[in-house]
Amino acid sequence: MSNFFKNSEIDISKAEKIVSETLKNCDDGELYLEDTKSEVIVLDDNKIKSSDYSTDLGYGFRAVTGEIIAYSHSNEISEKSLVNSSQNLKSSLKNKKGTYNYEIKNTNQKFYGDTDPVEEKSLKSKIDILNEINSYARSKDSSVKQVTANFIGEKKNVEILRAGGQLLKDERPLVRFNVSIMVEKNGKKETGVYGVGGRQSYDVYLNDDNWKKVCDEAFRIATTNLDSKPSPAGEMKVVLGPGWPAILIHEAVGHGLEGDFNRKKTSVFHNLVGQKVASDGVTIIDDGTLDKRRGSLNIDDEGTPTEKTVLIENGILKNFMQDRLNARLMNTKSTGNGRRESYKHIVMPRMRNTIMLNGNETQEEMIKSVDKGIFAVSFGGGQVDITSGKFVFNCTEAYEINNGKIGSPLKGATLIGDGPSSLKEILMVGNDMKLDPGIGTCGKAGQGVPVGVGQPSLLIDKMTVGGTKI
Amino acid sequence: MIKEENYLKKIAETCLTQSKKLGSSDASVVVMNSISENVNIRNKQLDGSERSDNLAVTLTTYIGKKKASISSSNLNEKNIYKLVNRCVEATKITPEDEHNSLPEKELHYMGDKELELYDETHLDNEKKIDFIKEAEEYAFESDKIVNTNGSGFSENKSNFILANSNGFMDGYKTSQFTAYCEVVSKSNGSMERDYEYTTKRFFSDLLKPETIGRNAAKYAINKLNPKKIKSEKISIIFDKRISKNFLTNFAGAISSSAIAKGTTFLKDKINNQVFNKSINIIDRGNIIKGNGSRYFDSEGVKVDNLELVKDGVLKDYLIDSYNGKKINRKSNGRSSGTTNLYFENGELSFEDLIKSEKKIIYVNETIGRGANLITGDYSVGASGTMIENGEFIYPVSEITIAGNFNEMFQNITLANDLEFKYSTNSPTILITGMTVGGK
Repeated sequence: MSNFFKNSEIDISKAEKIVSETLKNCDDGELYLEDTKSEVIVLDDNKIKSSDYSTDLGYGFRAVTGEIIAYSHSNEISEKSLVNSSQNLKSSLKNKKGTYNYEIKNTNQKFYGDTDPVEEKSLKSKIDILNEINSYARSKDSSVKQVTANFIGEKKNVEILRAGGQLLKDERPLVRFNVSIMVEKNGKKETGVYGVGGRQSYDVYLNDDNWKKVCDEAFRIATTNLDSKPSPAGEMKVVLGPGWPAILIHEAVGHGLEGDFNRKKTSVFHNLVGQKVASDGVTIIDDGTLDKRRGSLNIDDEGTPTEKTVLIENGILKNFMQDRLNARLMNTKSTGNGRRESYKHIVMPRMRNTIMLNGNETQEEMIKSVDKGIFAVSFGGGQVDITSGKFVFNCTEAYEINNGKIGSPLKGATLIGDGPSSLKEILMVGNDMKLDPGIGTCGKAGQGVPVGVGQPSLLIDKMTVGGTKI
Repeated sequence: MIKEENYLKKIAETCLTQSKKLGSSDASVVVMNSISENVNIRNKQLDGSERSDNLAVTLTTYIGKKKASISSSNLNEKNIYKLVNRCVEATKITPEDEHNSLPEKELHYMGDKELELYDETHLDNEKKIDFIKEAEEYAFESDKIVNTNGSGFSENKSNFILANSNGFMDGYKTSQFTAYCEVVSKSNGSMERDYEYTTKRFFSDLLKPETIGRNAAKYAINKLNPKKIKSEKISIIFDKRISKNFLTNFAGAISSSAIAKGTTFLKDKINNQVFNKSINIIDRGNIIKGNGSRYFDSEGVKVDNLELVKDGVLKDYLIDSYNGKKINRKSNGRSSGTTNLYFENGELSFEDLIKSEKKIIYVNETIGRGANLITGDYSVGASGTMIENGEFIYPVSEITIAGNFNEMFQNITLANDLEFKYSTNSPTILITGMTVGGK
């Protein structure tokens, strides 16, 4: 049973007829329906700065033939609107002929529950806890000058109606809780940010004073940076901490392994399947099936069940991440990586939870082996140029390493490198694999989707560090 | 067809009336419709077409000094009633904030609509495809261009009504035409990409396909076979597409919200020499056909023209009603951010600027966000070209550039080649004394 046609003048059988008729000469396509409600509550500068509730209902109608995608979306779920979209799609694909592939495997897999983070707690209780967080964070030290905290909760209901009438459904909860603390001492200001989240109830992050740990961590990072000195500039050894620094793997390698860039041959990896692209011992997977993780999905946004996809195994490139279109054109199967930000966006191959698996070394050994280098514990934003492979990261917590020992914290350190080269320059893979706290949003072609990352500590032979000290 | 004023007004009125009935003391509402049509091509073939029709209502209700907001894309009357109710209920339990209020009535915009922000021109998809295909054809004239990353054309039209319970009710149509072409060059095992991009209110003002294609090809070819260079202190020239980002960072640092919270390196710097004496920065909302032009901001407040920096001295902030109250200043119509923000032209021609020092790195691409507005620290990845004695010698890549805005702003020299290509615009600029991280 569909939930989308209950309050509409059009019933599902009529909608299905329009879909089947529109797509009969196409290779692929579907009617994607989405109903999202979300709530953002922000505490800033001692006040509840905003309390925003929003609902978004709409459909995206897609027709695909060959390499061509025609897409039309609207907020109005009505016969008139669907017929308009249908005509729009047909006119874009006129003279093209394809063969519709009806087969999408049904699945019962479930990696998250029916939680509704927006409704399960009253607005009042969420406001109360934000105020409590504010008082707690400010009471930590007189150096705390500013506290920002927010709750972002979402429930997204998705239905995918394919030609022939197959209906695939998913209900996706998502929460995120963030604290940012600014400290000031002797005229120097620094900020520390920490957040947690996933596809489950807020309670997991709030009960048993768990929220205090989030405040403590934001405060620790801010305070650490108060004592930071200018970062050195130049090429040196880099030790990456476990967990969130895997966002470097996401940018440096992950994007380059997405099907579209490889089908179009604009990725540096496009002709390297089966070849050695990374050091021995490096295994990287993209996994959509981890319990309650931010990047997990029961089915992707085309209806394909998600899976655990091996990208690189012991240094050898094995697979790309595929949606249906790129898989068809590359003669392979969708890996369940077809995702979109919302019904307003077309599907593209996107990462889910991208993880480097454990090796055998310890972080201690890595640091001990470095004469001069840096230890990067956490990053802010990162970016990659898929074609040249160059990527860049800003460290939000980093330390110098001198003669095998961790030294002062560093400010303003940027790491720049080349994805394919960095993979080959991994000297040691740690045994301390950690997943990130559940905060990642990946941007591609203007679309943001929630993702996860994970890795053990890594030692990279050389990367360029950008700082102000030569 | 884009929804007309009367339709949007009716929904706005329903929201305001219903909010009042349910007990809100004040309310403001935006009802917006936008339609955009895009085509994307790759290697001169159609890759995709997209049509989007977006409707949205955003309502903020006040009860005294309490405030809450809702937004929705479902404009069904029954749903609107439900949402207004939810909004008012949320308002009741949200704590008071003494600075919450609608803007003062006397700040409301009341003038004419003479800025020419809407071009009725409609191109059907075939015309859009022809336009951008022609750009790619010009790009492929060079044999070093081997692929495209995709090129596209989009036509956007939107209409909106902003209304509040103090009697403001106004809105207008805008249009935006955009074309871009991104190509891949290849030579001796090196592969690079670059693009040209044009966006205007009026179709006829766009760069021509020939210019778009040839520029994209030229930029991508210029990047081929780059070298890594040694770390050093060196002067950097920022291409116009990068130098405008310094204005965006500057605007973030003088927003009244950052000033009120103290989260900016420019706090308490009003009337101080923040830049050197040669620098003037303007934010002007009333440029005819301007990409950033608007009559009023998202609160209905008229958009003043601002001289933000005069002879290097910081003269003004970007102020909205809420944060303005916190710093005892009236809104200057910047609740939606800057309008057409620009550095006034400098003295030197582009040619003189590149000759002004013996050795300079010309940067035309940066990656990473890299600006910390609290400390003013700046550090990004970059690529560009080495200039020696005024000649472009070889491309460089995989470098980082770093500095601190406090010093960088004092060390800027502007060229005199300002153009109004985006909404934020800068001439080419030179900054001395930056640190480059390389080998």
